[in-house]
This record gives sequence, structure tokens and C-alpha cells, in this order.
Amino acid sequence: MAKPLSRSKKIRVLPGFKLTLGFTLFYLGLIVLIPLAAVFWKTSTLTWPQFWHTITMPTAMASYRLTFGASFLAALVNAFFGLIVAWVLVRYEFVGKKLVDALVDLPFALPTAVAGITLAALYSKNGWVGQLLEPLGIKAANTQLGIFIALTFIGLPFIVRTVQPILEDLDPELEEAASSLGANRWQVFWRVILPMLTPALLTGFALAFARALGEYGSVIFIAGNIPMKTQITPVVIMGELDMFDYGKATALAVVMLVVSFVLLLTINVLQWWTNRYNTTSLA
Amino acid sequence: MTPAATTFHTPHLVVHRRTTGEPPLVRHALIGVALVFLSLFLFLPLVFVFTQAFAKGIGYYFETLRDPNAWSAIKLTLLAAGISVPLNCVFGVCAAWAIAKFDFPGKNVLLTLIDLPFSVSPVIAGLIYVLVFGAQGWLGLYMNADNPHLPWLANWLNDHNFKIIFAVPGIVLATVFVTVPFVARELIPLMQAQGRSEEEAARVLGASGWQTFWRVTLPNIKWGLIYGVILCNARAMGEFGAVSVVSGKIRGQTNTIPLHIEALYDDYNFTGAFAVASLLAFLALITLGLKTWVEYKNAVQNKD
Repeated sequence: MAKPLSRSKKIRVLPGFKLTLGFTLFYLGLIVLIPLAAVFWKTSTLTWPQFWHTITMPTAMASYRLTFGASFLAALVNAFFGLIVAWVLVRYEFVGKKLVDALVDLPFALPTAVAGITLAALYSKNGWVGQLLEPLGIKAANTQLGIFIALTFIGLPFIVRTVQPILEDLDPELEEAASSLGANRWQVFWRVILPMLTPALLTGFALAFARALGEYGSVIFIAGNIPMKTQITPVVIMGELDMFDYGKATALAVVMLVVSFVLLLTINVLQWWTNRYNTTSLA
Repeated sequence: MTPAATTFHTPHLVVHRRTTGEPPLVRHALIGVALVFLSLFLFLPLVFVFTQAFAKGIGYYFETLRDPNAWSAIKLTLLAAGISVPLNCVFGVCAAWAIAKFDFPGKNVLLTLIDLPFSVSPVIAGLIYVLVFGAQGWLGLYMNADNPHLPWLANWLNDHNFKIIFAVPGIVLATVFVTVPFVARELIPLMQAQGRSEEEAARVLGASGWQTFWRVTLPNIKWGLIYGVILCNARAMGEFGAVSVVSGKIRGQTNTIPLHIEALYDDYNFTGAFAVASLLAFLALITLGLKTWVEYKNAVQNKD
């Protein structure tokens, strides 16, 4: 790694390797890794029974069920509608398409607190949507349905943005071949197009699901704060922090972090799988 | 893919073929479903923010924004973004340079580590800084230790009542954490796709390292860099969960714009909350506009 030897096969013509890699590692260590290590340090001050008791207490268990369930459903709904949106944006022409395409990223750009108060007010009893749902006996504010709505909102762009480039790159000859061999349009979609989109759909699903699991800002306003009913896990952690019970908060954080890491790994594998079908574009 | 497929690579140029298209009824139904779904989840909330913001008239709107607490929130948000965006910009360029221009073992691990802040819940992002710098954390233990290493440092920290958590430095740190990956993520794939040959040619022709970077690399990555900075800034100004944990929420002192929105909302001052929220919604729209423009510029550049 010292000065590049003139005889060695790999000569580094470009400078700055040690400087840039060194700074990258230093910065990541200081900002990300050392603080994250504090979580595991703090957990180690708990005994195993204390830790286990905290992460299995009823409010925590209820919050896991709610967080996982609502995130899973939201990601599923997004997978279905996201595929339709991506399909429409790639294959059809209609008025305002460019605008629609640009606005798909709104949930990425809109701060979660803004999304949170907006959805809460829209779906409240007197809100634009809430007053339409009220006569039907559907309540979104302060219910699990509200949480599902908020998580659907923030997960919306993930599926569209992972499926869209793959759909753009699909070789039309495959579809033509299938239809000239006698397949009807539905069979072409089901047997030819969908299998090629599956890795991208799964990646988008996993990304939306992972984002939803940790979501806080857009959920709390519409969810209310009813223990056992509308508390997602980040809210339970926040509750422990408000009571300065850092041990409990940290134990719950460890559970969430482990789940996040497993998901991150899964997403990496899925992305590698997706890119097999997308070798022509690197972007 | 066959070489012929590359003609269909450019977005918005997919040729609609009669043999493989859907019947008009299906086509219209799908467009209808997509637009209804997007209207309900995107357009309606967006319109709602601005309608509510001006519900009590334009006078009340500006009165809310001129409020000292609102001003202090705006200044604090600008400060946090003003520190975190340049820092993460330098980090992003360094990381992308090291990863895209050189081969070394463990590159994939490094890529995963850079993405890590994206997969950590904002609440946990705040929590980790409380554990490091809070009264019960590493810094607190050090400051209150009976026999600390470097006693002068402990004394200095105690004398100056040095606070990170529930104070401005904690807010800045939490903002830096949640925005770490943005610039790096944009630049790494871009620079990997561009390869090293142009920089190597510049070096062989006698350019210094800095000259190579400024005159060859930077013009090539310009639009990607701008895009990364835009996204980084949007997140930095809008971060709520992480900042909420470390801020302590002292009005007029440690409230950022999103925290000020929450405070107004909790006071049942909905019009005020939406007035301040409209600032961030407007920022989001600018972000989306710039993004579309940068993508267009990038497409033009790639065609050359």
C-alpha cells in the first residue's frame, strides 16, 4: 500500500486513495459506527432476564405485531398499485404524465412531520376524507387503519422507482415472440413480463417494508398514542425515552436494529438479483 | 440483452406496438386506477397543506411565520442543514472517489455501511447520540467521574456547562447522521459507470491530482452531485424523529421547523401548523422540480 512500485502490475495512476478512503472510514466511524456501538454497550449493562423481560413486555409485543403487520400490508398495497403506476408511466401516454412522474417522489421529499399532520387532518372526523368515511362507519384517525394509510404514503415511491427502469429496459421482442406464438395479452403479462419484474418488485417491496418499520414522523399524528392499540415500536421507544428509561429504550432499539440489519442484507441480495435483468443500465 | 434492445433504453421512448398493446378499455382503466390512487395519496395531501395554511387569510399566514419562535426554528433548521450538507458532501465525494476509482477488499462491506443510516429508524438515530453524549451516556459518565482521565478536560466541560443533548450540537449531529448516505449514494454508481480512463489520461498527460479532480471528474459528476445535495438538504431540513429525541423541544431555542410544526399542532393551532408546514411543502416541491431538471440535464449530457 506504500508508494506504487513501478514494476508492480497494478499501478495506481490516480492519487488520493489513502486520503479519501481514510477520511471515509474515519467519518463513518465517528458519525455512524461508534454511536451505533453505544446501543450494544448500553444493552450490555442489562442482565439477560432484564433484557428479555423488556423486549417481551405486552406493550412491546403488541407494537411488533402492529408495526410488522401494518408495514407488510402497506408494502403489499404499494406493490400492487405501484406496479400499475409504473406500468402506466412507462407504457401509456396521457395528459400530465410528466407532472405525475415528478410527483411520485413527493413522499421522499416531503418531511415526515408535514405528511403526518396532513394525513391526520385529512382523515380526521371533519377532514376532507374523514367526513366521507364517517357515515360508512370507518374511522382512520387514532386507529390502526390510519397507521396503514401513513405507511402506504411513505412507501409509495419505492415500488414505482424500482420497477420503472426494469420495465423501460424490457426487450419488446420477448413480448412479440410470445404473442406471435399464440399467447394472449394476459398470458404474456403473467408468464413473460411479471417473472422478469419479480426481482424488482421484491426489492421495492423490501425497501418499502424496511422504511415503514422504522417510520415515526408521518405515523404519530394520525395514530394517536393508545397503548396496545396504536403504538408502533418507535413510539414505544420514544415513550421510554420520555421517562428517561434508557435501558428499556435501548433494549427495544436492539430488536429493531437486528431486524433492520437482516432486511438490509436481504435487500442487497435482492438488488443483486434485480440487476441481473438490468445489465444494460448502470444508473 | 441483444444490441437491438439498447434502442429502447432511453426513457419515454418505448414504442407502443399494436401487436403487444392492451385494448383501449384496459388501458384507460389502468390509467384511471393509477391516477385515482395517486390523487388520493399524493395530490390531495399536497393541496390540503396549502389550503389549510391560508385558511385564516394571508395576514395570519405571515403573522405565524413572523412569530419569534417560528423565526428561531427557521434559523436553527438553516444552521443544521448548513453544517450537515457540506460535511456529507465532502464525505460523499471522498467515498465515491475511493470506491469508484480504486479496487480494494471489503468494498461491498463499505457500501453497506454507508447505507446503514437509511435502515436505522430515526428514533434510534436520535437515541444513539443520547447514549453517547447524554447525562447517562459516555460523556455524562466521563464528566461525573470521580477520577477522570484528563481532569482539565472534565473540568472545562463542567465549567462551561457543555451540553450536546437537548441543545443545538445534538440537533446538528442527529441531522448529519440521517443524511450521511445521500450524496455518496448518488455519486458512487455514477462514478463507477464513468470508469477511470479519463482521469488516468489526464494524469498521464501531466495534470496534478487536484487538476484532474477539478477539470475532469467534477464536470462529469456535476449533475449527480447537485442532485445528491438537493436530496440531502431536503432531508436535513425536514428531519423529525431523530431531532425530536435529542432536541428537548425548548420553544424558541431547540425547536427546528418540523418540531415547531408539531408544537403548533399539539396546541390545536392547526392553521399555524400548516402555515409553517407549507414552507417545507414548498421546499419539497422545489426539490422535486430541481430533481426533474437535473435528470433532464443529465440525460442531455449523456447523449453527447
